Amino acid sequence: MRRPAAQYGGTGCRLERRERRQLLAEPDSAGRERKAARDVRYVDEYRSPDLALRLAEQIAGLVEPDRQYKLMEVCGGHTHTIYKHGVENLLPPAVDLIHGPGCPVCVIPMGRVDDAIALAERPNVIFTTFGDMMRVPGGNGSLLEAKARGADVRMVYSPLDALRIAREHPDREVVFFAIGFETTTPSTALTLLRARAEGIRNFFVFANHVTIIPAIRAILASPDLRLDGFIGPGHVSTVIGTVPYRFIARDHGKPLVVAGFEPLDVLQAAYMVMVQLAEGRSEIENQYSRVVRESGNARALEAIAETMELRTTFEWRGLGFISQSALKLRDDFADWDAELLYDVPGVRVADPKACQCGEVLKGVIKPWECKVFGTACTPEKPIGTCMVSSEGACAAYYNYGRFSRRLEPLTT
Amino acid sequence: MNGREQEVLETIERRRRRKPRLTDALITLAHGAGGKSSHVLVEALFLEELGNPLLAPLADAAVFTENGIRFALTTDSYVVKPLFFPGGDIGELAVNGTVNDLAMLGARPLHLTAGFIIEEGFPTAELRRIAASMGAAARAAGVAIVAGDTKVVERDKGDGVYINTAGVGALERELELSPSLVRPGDKILVSGTLGDHGMAVMVARGNLELEVDLESDTAALAELVGGLLDATDGVRCLRDLTRGGLATVLNEIALTADVGIVIDESCLPIRPEVNGACEILGIDPLYVANEGKLMAVVAPEAAAAAFAALASHKLGIDAEVVGHVREEQPGLVVLETAFGGRRVVDMLVGDPLPRIC
Repeated sequence: MRRPAAQYGGTGCRLERRERRQLLAEPDSAGRERKAARDVRYVDEYRSPDLALRLAEQIAGLVEPDRQYKLMEVCGGHTHTIYKHGVENLLPPAVDLIHGPGCPVCVIPMGRVDDAIALAERPNVIFTTFGDMMRVPGGNGSLLEAKARGADVRMVYSPLDALRIAREHPDREVVFFAIGFETTTPSTALTLLRARAEGIRNFFVFANHVTIIPAIRAILASPDLRLDGFIGPGHVSTVIGTVPYRFIARDHGKPLVVAGFEPLDVLQAAYMVMVQLAEGRSEIENQYSRVVRESGNARALEAIAETMELRTTFEWRGLGFISQSALKLRDDFADWDAELLYDVPGVRVADPKACQCGEVLKGVIKPWECKVFGTACTPEKPIGTCMVSSEGACAAYYNYGRFSRRLEPLTT
Repeated sequence: MNGREQEVLETIERRRRRKPRLTDALITLAHGAGGKSSHVLVEALFLEELGNPLLAPLADAAVFTENGIRFALTTDSYVVKPLFFPGGDIGELAVNGTVNDLAMLGARPLHLTAGFIIEEGFPTAELRRIAASMGAAARAAGVAIVAGDTKVVERDKGDGVYINTAGVGALERELELSPSLVRPGDKILVSGTLGDHGMAVMVARGNLELEVDLESDTAALAELVGGLLDATDGVRCLRDLTRGGLATVLNEIALTADVGIVIDESCLPIRPEVNGACEILGIDPLYVANEGKLMAVVAPEAAAAAFAALASHKLGIDAEVVGHVREEQPGLVVLETAFGGRRVVDMLVGDPLPRIC
């Protein structure tokens, strides 16, 4: 069925046919026509280019002469947004965005990938994982390669999909590769609760959930890095709230602004950090108040607390061992714990020498400063995790940011 | 951007232009996804072993001359799951896909062949449904399926049915369509909304628990192309937007013609349903397949006529001018984002996998 053009919203901003004809007829007026059409038709207020331009000007107005600003966006979702929408192009040269460790795929050490492959290659196992994890190289190839060798590896969109597979295949053992920060932990927790309620005994969780606060502490303790402020994670904060960040402002004197995931959210959060810096304040502010509450999500936190507890220590890729930074299943859920049921090799694998994912994750170097960036390490042949996930700083930079900004403007 | 960053970027661009090497020990699903890995497989394995002047351009179809008559020849296999999806089925797809490959070279499709690989236990009624829909699609496209083959494989050795079709067409126009003819200043048009087929099939698989009203756009484009070529002789290159989507096609053109390409996000026609599903799954609609849309590169002075020709046909009603070709940054496709920023659009890597949060 033919739909009226007015129905097209979102990214596909549509021009009326008359305007498009003009666009073709008078090349000089094309830009103006298009911009005008964009203003009127752009329903999505979080992607308005005019608001973006205004915010960018205000940010530039806050820059003190001869000062260089380093703001870290902690969350990989923000890194993705920043590159996908070209947010960096709108910032003044004095403001640098440093990409932080909040990319769930990126922080999984190689040894854990090998453990996952060992589980996946057990004869009766169906191994379920989020898509991003499939291409991450371990010491001996990736899950995608294990699948090509014959392992039954299946991509799922949620742990509930894995539970469904377990229900449908009672004769098989279904293992779910649980990764992620507080964003994905609640869904693993709820799935465990459901598995117990339904008495599903052939579903197992290989838990690799990590927590964001210890990672931020590690960044703040790192001697190599001087940050001016943080753009705080959005989805994580919907779960944990904003209270846990207070030490950043109180003890370290750095502002943090929790931000949403639309490009305008990120830009506004950057502006709010800059205002704090200009006024000499350091506070925890919430740009994403349409979703994030100060106290977080009590029910999600309860589900996590009921099913999981802190590990004494956990290895993070690039950051090394961080105490009390990850979760394992509680004893009550031992029957669903893949690490207890199976003999997981648990061998530490050192990162390849050339790989500088650690420095990238800590924000010490920019992706392009890594020695193997874009040459030996590319999205199709990644050495490090940062080049795999679309939230990884290297993949985002390689896929979206890899062009010279010297050759502007673009419009003909 | 400082000098060192610039140097790193230049090194990367030089690497991208090198002849690819296939280093994978095993074939993975990424080799079939239409992105970088597929590209490498074709260039570094098939082209190396089978290379000849007709194959070398790696176009949608090969063009050869016999007794003064120019023909186009192509083949394509169809392994879609599910076999029946909103807006079409594997049979219709198998006819339209091959017809379109011929049309992209400017050929008039003449005859098709069809090979069926059927899994033991497949319902006869469904096979009849597929054959009937092939027949209907062939009649609609003005071609006939004039030869065929049937093989049956053991249960669990196939997904119901796979179909291969091959097609031959006649090039009756005195023209050449090729990415190597693309020049700076040329305009880029698409014939309609992007990503419809890919998202419709993904949603129809049913494991996403998404309720989206989407239909595949599978259609034969020969008539649309005929109208376009009648209207102007300024068409440089046509490509149908299948696996890998618009992004992959534009990258191939940028590398082949050694030109830069700029597209404007705010001009890309994308259905809100497709956009919404893509946002949820973390997939970029620029990489999602169509089965009834084409991309045309035309000379600047021919853009208005080309647009009018496309837009006046029922299959091109949502046509848009989406970008242009430039001299700067050869080999690179840059997207001017609707937000006012800029980013690179590279070839697809791996399958369009959803990000997790």
